[in-house]
Amino acid sequence: MKNLKILAFLFIATLTITSCSDDDNPEIINEEEVITTMNVTLASGSQTITLQSRDIDGDGPSEPVITVSGNLAANTTYNGTIELLNETESPAEVITEEVEEEGTDHQFFYLTSGAISTTSYVDYDTNNHPVGIEFSLVTGDAGTASLQIVLRHQPEKSASGVSNGDITNAGGETDFTATFPITVE
Amino acid sequence: MKQLWFAILCIATTLVASAQNCSFELKGQVTDFHDSTPLYSALVQVAGTRVEAYTDFDGNFTITGLCNGDIELQISHPECETIIKPVTISGNTTITITLEHHLEELSEIVVSGNKKNETNSGTEGHINANTIQQYSNSNLATALKEVTGVSSLSTGNAIAKPVINGMHSSRVLVINNGVRLQDQEWGVEHAPNLDINTADHITVVKGAAALQYGGDAIGGTIIIDGSSPFVKDSLYGKTILSGSSNGRGGSLTSSLIKSYNTGWYVKGQGTFKYFGDYEAPDYVLSNTGSREKDFSAGFGLRKLEHGFNFYYSYYNAQIGILRASHIGSAGDLVNALESDKPLYIRDFSYNINAPYQRVIHHLAKADYYKRFSGLGKLDVQYAFQNNRRREYDTRVGDDKGKPSMDMVLQTHSIASTLHLDAFSGYKFSIGIAGNYQKNTPNPDTGIRRLIPDYTEISGAIFVTGEHQITDKTIIDAGVRYDYKNLDAKKFYQKSRWTERGYNEDFSDIIIGDYDSQSQWLTNPVYNFHTLSATLGIKSVLGKYTLAANASLASRAPNAAELFSDGLHHSAAVIELGDLRLQQEISHKLTTELRKHSGAFTFSLNPYVNYINNFIVLQPTGIETTTRGTFPVWEYMQNNTLFLGVDTDASYTFTDNWTYNTGLAYVYAQNTETNTPIINIPATKWSNTVSYTVPEWHNLYFGLKSETVFTQTRYPNNDFTAEVVTNEGTISKEVHISKPPKGYELLHFDSRITLNSFKNSEMTLGVSVQNILNTSYRDYLNRQRFYADDLGRNFNLSIILTY
Repeated sequence: MKNLKILAFLFIATLTITSCSDDDNPEIINEEEVITTMNVTLASGSQTITLQSRDIDGDGPSEPVITVSGNLAANTTYNGTIELLNETESPAEVITEEVEEEGTDHQFFYLTSGAISTTSYVDYDTNNHPVGIEFSLVTGDAGTASLQIVLRHQPEKSASGVSNGDITNAGGETDFTATFPITVE
Repeated sequence: MKQLWFAILCIATTLVASAQNCSFELKGQVTDFHDSTPLYSALVQVAGTRVEAYTDFDGNFTITGLCNGDIELQISHPECETIIKPVTISGNTTITITLEHHLEELSEIVVSGNKKNETNSGTEGHINANTIQQYSNSNLATALKEVTGVSSLSTGNAIAKPVINGMHSSRVLVINNGVRLQDQEWGVEHAPNLDINTADHITVVKGAAALQYGGDAIGGTIIIDGSSPFVKDSLYGKTILSGSSNGRGGSLTSSLIKSYNTGWYVKGQGTFKYFGDYEAPDYVLSNTGSREKDFSAGFGLRKLEHGFNFYYSYYNAQIGILRASHIGSAGDLVNALESDKPLYIRDFSYNINAPYQRVIHHLAKADYYKRFSGLGKLDVQYAFQNNRRREYDTRVGDDKGKPSMDMVLQTHSIASTLHLDAFSGYKFSIGIAGNYQKNTPNPDTGIRRLIPDYTEISGAIFVTGEHQITDKTIIDAGVRYDYKNLDAKKFYQKSRWTERGYNEDFSDIIIGDYDSQSQWLTNPVYNFHTLSATLGIKSVLGKYTLAANASLASRAPNAAELFSDGLHHSAAVIELGDLRLQQEISHKLTTELRKHSGAFTFSLNPYVNYINNFIVLQPTGIETTTRGTFPVWEYMQNNTLFLGVDTDASYTFTDNWTYNTGLAYVYAQNTETNTPIINIPATKWSNTVSYTVPEWHNLYFGLKSETVFTQTRYPNNDFTAEVVTNEGTISKEVHISKPPKGYELLHFDSRITLNSFKNSEMTLGVSVQNILNTSYRDYLNRQRFYADDLGRNFNLSIILTY
């Protein structure tokens, strides 16, 4: 019977020890992984147009909100810059910095239709493959257009066409995607 | 010789010590319970003394020098369950003793040692030490596929969960050395956290008939027993070294036991596994390597009247997940499905990079038992388990190298059972159990918790009984009540909280408003009362055994089913739990017809299981995020019917040639929507031809074919996703529902035992899995969307027993 008593004592003792801190509430977690916002700046001369895709609850049920600040001019070259933010943190975390630091593991793709003639990469990683935080965009004649920007993590940059911005063989996983409706006038 | 003299001395002492007339004789016969054949070499001992006798070829024994009065006999036989039988000596006495004789000739699994059945009328499958050691460098679920009706739900090769008659995870209990394993088993990608090399015998109870272990075994119970140390002075052990060509690795496991004739023992065991990338026939499965370091130790005292055991085991595994299976969006899934090979292939490597999982499980246990003469046996057990699971994803920036999930689950459990076996024809067990469990997710992951912080307190009480109504028939019954209190603290995104409609039903459980992060802190508390019961009969009719069992089992929803909310990466699915879920209740009827002797033997085991409120993930819609669109799957409850049959047959042509076959079929239907249930194993048929020469080094050759048919019954969960192409975004149908084509594999196995050393023997084994290097994908492998299954694998093993 002595053994029984020892066992019972051990059980009660461990219960007591482990249940001490029960009243504390768990710590809230700021989602560090999520990219909530993409701001794209298109500048040409004195004109600056911004495109934004913002989904403040990340993978929650709310849909991303797309805003385009104005129309682009026809047959014009724009210098594009992308900024990615995690706005669930305060102040917002600038994800673009991480993309730049790990340039070999990331690549933006610009998929266009309608009144956009071409897009091309401006910045490159240490292997001389494109990253695409900065890019240039040339508009065509007046009309409507769609610009989709996709960020891939760990794409196969040396696969056929990928360095020219062809997403077909890129692989990797999609970290962000947004499609902006654009009017060229 | 020393022992013999000692025994004689003891008998003499006993005789001298008794003042009364102690010259009576007990004569008896030991026979097989099933067919009354005499049992040779059964050991009959007078409990608490060293008086013993062995039966002769006619099953007869004689014990002399007994006094009048009540004694207890312990009767044991290598192939039978050891029993205790009370006998009243009144002058010269004659008795007949029947033993339950288990001859599992039906499958290739032969039970050796005196392992008893866990239930009277439940359907069971057994795996013995010889089979277990063939899977020394593999895992539990893969070894259990030897039992007809058991399949595995896997994530690649190294993560595999047992599936019993189509059910897995929280519906299958795993009992490791008497302790219910608490290792976050709710997850489909969480394999049982134990080293198969600690097992000496494994029993699979299909269904809820083994009430003593839990009332929620809707699928079944897997009982893993370590070896029982001998009660004699001995030092013995086993070492297994095995290597595989596929994965270019292997494992080393070793065990050592020191036992004493006083009943004391001390034992230790350790395993080391190391594998690199596995390979499909046409490519390397990149990042599928694994490592495992395990050890266990124990000591104790084993006597007939009382004893105790201390046991500790440590399991540490790091398992790589196929890199190509980690995707970011539904569009990526379409790309993976459309490609005939994985989208990420590298040269073979031993490195494990993200994604991978790392699990550490500690189990410490103490138990004590005491036998009370004329009553039975009482045992008491306490166990502590600490399970830490970390899952690493491909992350960027500061978060690189940080786990995406990091959870610690601690469980204290105490249990006590009183086995009443002193009443002739009756056996009862009365037991109580209590659990305290605490789940602590680490907030430093920077990713919202998959499972919230919670504490769970549970208690149970059960009574089971068996009654032998005639020489040939035993009936059994049992009832169990379980109480569970679950107290969680969970953060919800406010948008999700409203979308779920919780703002209407659950506003009273909000305990904190974290406005800047748009999250509620909530405190869901549940109290579940569940009832389970079992009733059965087993009868032996000549060469046949007939058994039937009806069981009622209830399972409270688990933490994942209640609380999940978030993106599941490898599935590209947003999985949502439901705070409104109720317990699910299973009504299962199993029957078994078995022919257990003769050249032709078979077993036929049809079953039906009707489950109210069966919980299953079902697609309900699409949500758009910044990564693209994802299908939403919710845990929902529907009434469901499972029907199936497991059957085995064996024919012995000559002393050397044997043929075995096994077939398992399951039908599962949601009876409310009249649609099939997802992830039900396809019909499987296995055939083995074996050639053995026991008299020449136990030579064994076996050729096995494994035929898996195409699963044609599946729910249509295909959905439309936005896929990015150079031409812009287009909508595509994502074909995730249709199971892959059936396949047929051929395996070879051979062994030879050499007595090359004094007091030890060495068994050499050579085996080949997937001889024809067939490319195939299995419906129950979660990586089937991304890559083929394993190609040919040569395996070499050396087993040393000493």
